[in-house]
Amino acid sequence: MALRQCAIYGKGGIGKSTTTQNLVAALAEMGKKVMIVGCDPKADSTRLILHAKAQNSIMQMAADAGSVEDLELEDVLKVGYGDVKCVESGGPEPGVGCAGRGVITAINFLEEEGAYTDDLDFVFYDVLGDVVCGGFAMPIRENKAQEIYIVCSGEMMAMYAANNIAKGIVKYANSGSVRLAGLICNSRQTAREDELIMELAKQMGTTMIHFVPRDNVVQRAEIRRMTVIEYEPTAKQADEYRALAQKIFHNKNLVIPTPITMDQLEDLLMNFGIMEAEDESVIGKKAIEA
Amino acid sequence: MSQQVDNIQPSYPLFRNDEYKDSLTNKRENYEERHPQDTIDEVFQWTTTTEYQELNFNREALTVNPAKACQPLGAVLCALGFEKTMPYVHGSQGCVAYFRTYFNRHFKEPISCVSDSMTEDAAVFGGQKNMFSGLENAKALYKPTMIAVSTTCMAEVIGDDLNAFINNAKKEGYIDQEYPVPYAHTPSFVGSHTTGWDNMFEGIIRYFTLNHMEGKEVGSNGKINFVPGFETYLGNFRVINRMMKEMGVDATMLSDPTEVLDTPADGEFRMYSGGTTIDEIKDAPNAINTIMLQPWQLEKTKKYLEGTWKHTPPKLEIPMGLEWTDKLLMSVSEITGKPIPRSLEVERGRFVDMITDSHAWLHGKKFALYGDADFALGMTKFLLELGVEVTDVLVNHANKRYKKAVEEVLKASPYGQESTVHIGKDLWHFRSLMFTNKPDFMIGNSYGKFIQRDTLYKGDAYEVPLIRIGFPIFDRHHLHRMTTLGYEGGMYMLTTLVNAVLEQLDKDTRGMGTTDYNYDLIR
Repeated sequence: MALRQCAIYGKGGIGKSTTTQNLVAALAEMGKKVMIVGCDPKADSTRLILHAKAQNSIMQMAADAGSVEDLELEDVLKVGYGDVKCVESGGPEPGVGCAGRGVITAINFLEEEGAYTDDLDFVFYDVLGDVVCGGFAMPIRENKAQEIYIVCSGEMMAMYAANNIAKGIVKYANSGSVRLAGLICNSRQTAREDELIMELAKQMGTTMIHFVPRDNVVQRAEIRRMTVIEYEPTAKQADEYRALAQKIFHNKNLVIPTPITMDQLEDLLMNFGIMEAEDESVIGKKAIEA
Repeated sequence: MSQQVDNIQPSYPLFRNDEYKDSLTNKRENYEERHPQDTIDEVFQWTTTTEYQELNFNREALTVNPAKACQPLGAVLCALGFEKTMPYVHGSQGCVAYFRTYFNRHFKEPISCVSDSMTEDAAVFGGQKNMFSGLENAKALYKPTMIAVSTTCMAEVIGDDLNAFINNAKKEGYIDQEYPVPYAHTPSFVGSHTTGWDNMFEGIIRYFTLNHMEGKEVGSNGKINFVPGFETYLGNFRVINRMMKEMGVDATMLSDPTEVLDTPADGEFRMYSGGTTIDEIKDAPNAINTIMLQPWQLEKTKKYLEGTWKHTPPKLEIPMGLEWTDKLLMSVSEITGKPIPRSLEVERGRFVDMITDSHAWLHGKKFALYGDADFALGMTKFLLELGVEVTDVLVNHANKRYKKAVEEVLKASPYGQESTVHIGKDLWHFRSLMFTNKPDFMIGNSYGKFIQRDTLYKGDAYEVPLIRIGFPIFDRHHLHRMTTLGYEGGMYMLTTLVNAVLEQLDKDTRGMGTTDYNYDLIR
């Protein structure tokens, strides 16, 4: 099969890395050849696959060696569970430097060093939550990831972030072939969460590709730096990730998203009772006044 | 009076007048907080020792005179080699001012190149708007038939996506959908000017051929393509074309800036002149094969030639000196089936004759050299052919594989046994080597003149004269029109080298009644 490149975006802390690694483990279990490219200066996108605290990142190794040109692919590419290839772009400590450039440098390095081998079925980019600069859009430039999955939940800010990311995708989709491939709902057990995300997806012109329920086995596996697929293959949660993997494998629903306005998003939340209708008379009043 | 209106003097010899001498001394003593001369001299002497050299070579955090330039400079030269093409740099204005002055000091020609002047707001919001109006304006004002876009550091750090920006500019009607705007990302903080040339070239051939490979057939046009790489000797484009003509081989030079960088003064300004045409690029995949004249700097191009055009570039080194020119011609002969004509055999014979004529003066002389990877390798090979002992070869931007390749060439010759190859090193390292290894001459670009001055300051016996072959050459005129490739290039370089040796010998032996034992008329 031809190589499919997918990028996973979503609000910070929503569970992108955990979901990605479990999903990739499930794909690996299906016999697919997968590579994960962590695009986050925190470099925690591959720890469950590699059973490692944090993988040596391309940028860290490059800084130590003097320049990226001094690196070899085998220095930075590690193989973990299910022969999944793992790379972390890495980047600076918070507050200094430019993490976005780190992503660009790392992906260029991988291309030049031939990391995208013909035997690969999937490449997953696990990208830092907020697309704050051009660097974090590197994975969706032309000839890179064409499918984008957004991880979200029924919480307002997660949906708000998902919608914002869709706005970013539109910019790239208009000039290139990158498409939104679906929302992955990583449940926070809010009320009518599945229906809400399905409705949001519908309004954005896409679908909720899977609803991943909350299960403590994920945390238990994480403590051992493992995916659920590996830690407890018989767990119900493992089947959820397998289902997600199957759906992504068969997914053909790639669209240019139609992000919604803030008003539409608020209406949606009100319809689902997450937000109350705005009472304009109380705006700006202190608790003592009303 | 200092300056007389009927005898206006430049700084030298004017500043040698007592009045200026006093004034400069006064300034130095009262305002410059200068260290005493003996302290300066003591430090100077220390910087010429092997002890200092060791410290110098252990330097980690500083580059002094890097002996390379940045990527977009190379991209601009590459773009200048195409017909009616405007080099366009997406990024800051100052960078482009630098590229233009750099080339114009070397070629003594006006250089056309534009930027889209990204400023603070573009750094914050991204440079898409600059790209929109930049493309629209550049096309309207300068009427190029192609705009070749490269980038500066600023655009690269904020992650501007050229492909998306250019497509959006077309989509929104700033320029026509079909208007050719090839592009290359050329971050200055990666690689060097040679990387930039390679990237821009790949960007251009990709633009015109990637999605147009159907109907293309290797060999169907019966031609050979040449890719020059970052080449500043205009004679080198001409000599390749001439040799191919003499062989009866139909050749396409892919990027040929000889016309635009050598325009006549006939009253007409030419913003564009000559260059490889778009039709030639489109037809290039149909050639029998493509030859890269400077393969060490064309890695990305090579991948594309092999991967998309399905060409198999022959394994050749830069055709510099005797053997590697032979190899080029034999390879062309093999590829095309055309024999090497008598005229080139005669030319080769003349070159060999010249080498033997000058051999007595060059044999055993010690030379050090620095420059771009392919040039340095070719020059090393040529010097060894002449019987010159190579002491040091220094290249800033090169990899370990390259170092090994140069070392192998050196090892294979009796004149290369005492040589060292330095990669990732700069001209301050080179300066140390000039004191400690004391070659007879150094070969390099104009920047070497400061090293020569330093060596002379240590004493006459320590001077290492600079022979100017390389890029940039700012302080001598018209050398960029010369040739360094092929037999003809060998002849020019040999002439330059041997006469430098003879010049130096005259200089050393013209002391009346002291050193003029053999201040001879005949050398």
